Amino acid sequence: MEVLLAVVVGILYAAGFYMIMRRSIVKLILGLGLLGHASNMFIFTIGRVMRGNPPVMPHGHDVLTQPYADPLPQAFILTAIVIGFGVQAFATVLVKRAYQTVGTDDFDQMISTDQP
Amino acid sequence: MVLEAVLSGFVLALFAPWIYKVGRGAAGWILALLPIGIFIYFATFVPPVAEGETFVFAQTWVPSIDISLSFNVDGLSLLFAMIISGVGALVIIYAGGYLAHDRDINRFYVYILMFMASMLGVVLSDNVITIFIFWELTSITSFMLIGYYHEKPESRTAALQALLVTGAGGLALMAGLVMMALVGGSWEISELLNRGDVITGSSLYVPILILVLAGAFTKSAQFPFHFWLPNAMAAPTPVSTYLHSATMVKAGIYLMARFSPALGGTQTWTVVVTSFGAVTMLLAAHMAWQKKDLKQILAYSTVSALGILTMLLGVGTHAALEAALVFLVVHSMYKGGLFMVAGAVDHEAGTRDIALLSGLRKAMPITGAAAVLAGLSMSGIPPFFGFVGKELIYESTTEFDMSAILLTVFAFLTNGLTITAALLVAHKPFFGSKLSAPKHPHEAPLTMWLGPVTLGTLGLLFGLLAGWVGEFLIAPAVSAVQHHQTEVHLALWHGFSMILLLSLVTIAFGVLVYWKHEVLGRWFAPSNVISKWGPEQWYFWSLDGMLGFGRWQTRLLQSGYLRNYLLIIIFSTVGLGLYTLSKYNVFSQNTIFRPIDVTSYEFMFMALIVASAFVVTQVRSRLAAVAALGVVGYGVAIIFVLDGAPDLAMTQFSIETLSVILLVLVLYRLPRFIQFSRSRPKKITEITAALAGGGFMALLVLLVTALPAQSRLAPYFAENSYKLAHGHNVVNVILVDFRGFDTMGEITVLGIAAVGVFGLLKLRLDKTRQTDTPPDVLTTQHQSADVFPVMEREQS
Amino acid sequence: MTSVILSTATRYMLPLLLLFSVFLLLRGHSEPGGGFVGGLVAAASFAFYAFAYNVKQARRALRINPRVFIGVGLLIAVSSATYSLFLGKSFMTGIWTETEFPVFGAIGTPFIFDVGVYLVVLGVILTIVFSLAEGEQ
Repeated sequence: MEVLLAVVVGILYAAGFYMIMRRSIVKLILGLGLLGHASNMFIFTIGRVMRGNPPVMPHGHDVLTQPYADPLPQAFILTAIVIGFGVQAFATVLVKRAYQTVGTDDFDQMISTDQP
Repeated sequence: MVLEAVLSGFVLALFAPWIYKVGRGAAGWILALLPIGIFIYFATFVPPVAEGETFVFAQTWVPSIDISLSFNVDGLSLLFAMIISGVGALVIIYAGGYLAHDRDINRFYVYILMFMASMLGVVLSDNVITIFIFWELTSITSFMLIGYYHEKPESRTAALQALLVTGAGGLALMAGLVMMALVGGSWEISELLNRGDVITGSSLYVPILILVLAGAFTKSAQFPFHFWLPNAMAAPTPVSTYLHSATMVKAGIYLMARFSPALGGTQTWTVVVTSFGAVTMLLAAHMAWQKKDLKQILAYSTVSALGILTMLLGVGTHAALEAALVFLVVHSMYKGGLFMVAGAVDHEAGTRDIALLSGLRKAMPITGAAAVLAGLSMSGIPPFFGFVGKELIYESTTEFDMSAILLTVFAFLTNGLTITAALLVAHKPFFGSKLSAPKHPHEAPLTMWLGPVTLGTLGLLFGLLAGWVGEFLIAPAVSAVQHHQTEVHLALWHGFSMILLLSLVTIAFGVLVYWKHEVLGRWFAPSNVISKWGPEQWYFWSLDGMLGFGRWQTRLLQSGYLRNYLLIIIFSTVGLGLYTLSKYNVFSQNTIFRPIDVTSYEFMFMALIVASAFVVTQVRSRLAAVAALGVVGYGVAIIFVLDGAPDLAMTQFSIETLSVILLVLVLYRLPRFIQFSRSRPKKITEITAALAGGGFMALLVLLVTALPAQSRLAPYFAENSYKLAHGHNVVNVILVDFRGFDTMGEITVLGIAAVGVFGLLKLRLDKTRQTDTPPDVLTTQHQSADVFPVMEREQS
Repeated sequence: MTSVILSTATRYMLPLLLLFSVFLLLRGHSEPGGGFVGGLVAAASFAFYAFAYNVKQARRALRINPRVFIGVGLLIAVSSATYSLFLGKSFMTGIWTETEFPVFGAIGTPFIFDVGVYLVVLGVILTIVFSLAEGEQ
């Protein structure tokens, strides 16, 4: 299971890296999205995977008994997902403005701030 | 109490601008009350300290790392504290007159008060870290004071130079002090001084000595670091008086004197410190008499005096230490006075060039008298205190057991040329039959002659009361430096001896050089070409070198192409990571080849994620790419569902939906993916980088998951989340309770992101400037880039 | 983008989704759910509304400017965290009521904090979505 997840994480990262190295700024945003998923999966997997045992204790219990999935990586990822959305939204809007202002979506033409 | 005395300067600095607003012309007098008060406060310590008592005031500051605000009042720190507060009061009053018409004078008051407080901190601190902090504060405040006339480029250059030289020395000092504290086993200076044997016997002794001396030599302008001090004359004269003659430059001297029980007494110390001091004193004295600018003459003669002090501390005998401390007091008085005189002359007669000045005594009798008093003390004429100092210097050089003759010759030449410098400053502008100055001179105001007259008179009084001064001020200080109780008997008259004869010959030599200084100056002029390749040039070369290196590496690394940055980041991370991993030999058979237990539906969803990710990279339509990205997200959510993370799954589902909506809203209006042409080798490099980065991350996952799981936090949360936080859902309890502070930060960031998006979208720039390029933050070009297009448009 | 099915569905979905989001928020402490998910679901319901009709009508349905939610949410979160200071305990100590209420159980400052999170998330998402959608229409 973890071996396969490792492969999934690796492929998501590779796809993300590939996308952010493209010349199109739109692809950059999609790449950032992929990298976000990759990182969440990365943290999730190295926190160990535990099938079907959420860190929620049944009613009437006052301690969580083994086995349970590690709650800490989950808390991290939960905030990371929401923050990731905020960052993605901001990057998207920034790209949109950059496109409107500069008039190109080619990164290679955005290397200097001098007037063309 | 001592803590309050030190910090009061910082507090008053806060209110100084307000006091200036209220007090105006009287602000100098009002602000000087603080240093006067501090002076009186420290004066009350004189009788008990002379009895041999020392006072320690400790206040914990950062107990976890042994930093305390502890202060130690003994003979040495008391002497310095009184010089700092006493001269400080006179300088603040003086500045009230000198800078009366300057619009930035309130800034000056702020800086000078902060400087005074820092300087008091340096000489009173008893903790290694605290002394370093105050030491750096003096560097920073002196940077601001030297750059006071910030419109002038030479002021800025000089300020930066002083900051870089003394700051570099400060870093070396910190390293030295920390090493000394670790070797000596204490962070309190008074403790370290008891463990001199341990420190000098340690294998780290030589590095410690070099580092501490680097700090002291840079601060006290010893050769080859002396060049910053003459350049610092770009500062207003009150600053030169205070920092560059009486106090800050003596911080290095203080440091060497303070630590000489811990570091001194060895052959290395004597040879290094004495030779640096001797070379500096002679070289600087030789430079001084060739200068034409009053302040330059004084600056070089200050460097020379600092050299004398260093040399004496190097010799380190009882006589030498006595000489050093007497000369320290003498020098603070006459040099402070002469700097103030130079400022008054500049202010009233319009120039500092001695060639243009003569006969000023007729127009400025009081300033002239003060100059004569200080000049006589500087020349070492009896019955001035300077005479006592010079006698003691000769006494210690003639007894130096390594090479008495050489050192005495050095001292003789230095003293002689010091007399020449004194005559150039105190005689040349004021005497002569004809009154000459660029503008019509008149007497300086009370504020500006009070200081030099007081200091000049004290030079005479101390000479007459030499015995008393020796007992109450010098003896306790010498005891502190020698680290055991000792007695000092100062007297003006020692009877007829070799040394008296030497003094007389010195005076004759100095007067002779003064008499012929114009001829001799032409004679020596060619030799000054050497200074073109001197230490100052080394400073500029290293500065240029540093900037050049910066530009070179910026061109290399910061090409402006995002993919180049990414390539560098990815390849170096993978390279360094693999290197580290292989070093620790973490790879083994069962890391990578493990049994794969996976259910069919798990495999299906993973395959879906992988396939969609591939589609995202390959598809030509934007909407298809967005949809595929959405599928990746839903796939990840399903993995969360299957593996015990319902909260994550719910969040991921909602976010993924929203993010698809968002991307569709925006990307719909953006251009289609243009298949930008990319050369084949470049594309191959990028694919390689992407695969290497992905592979490396996959490897990390495999390595980590191969280790046994041992979370130390999870059991705590499992045990306590209901008992302490009334929650059955542990993830939620972590978010809102155990790690609630993180969540607070996170929602704040979210709020800022939303405001950012709102601002970018709604607050449109002025229509006419829509096509302007965004401003470049790093260069000043943006001003022109912003202005020109608008102007062009207006014309057309 | 006006579809009769979508707009009709959304009209009936909106109150249901909102109710669901509040339900998620309330039960977050003992079951999967919480302020983040609740806020997201609530935001999604209005985002759908804006999609089905238009932003103007979505804003009218919301009544309050979404940016206000960000500020109010942060204020609630910070207040809930500072409350313990007044009781002489350190910042962010959870304070719970003694008595148990019929539906929620005991109420404590962490729950109030979660309400703040809910409002911030709702405000943030809607601010972003509304401004973007208005820019395009």
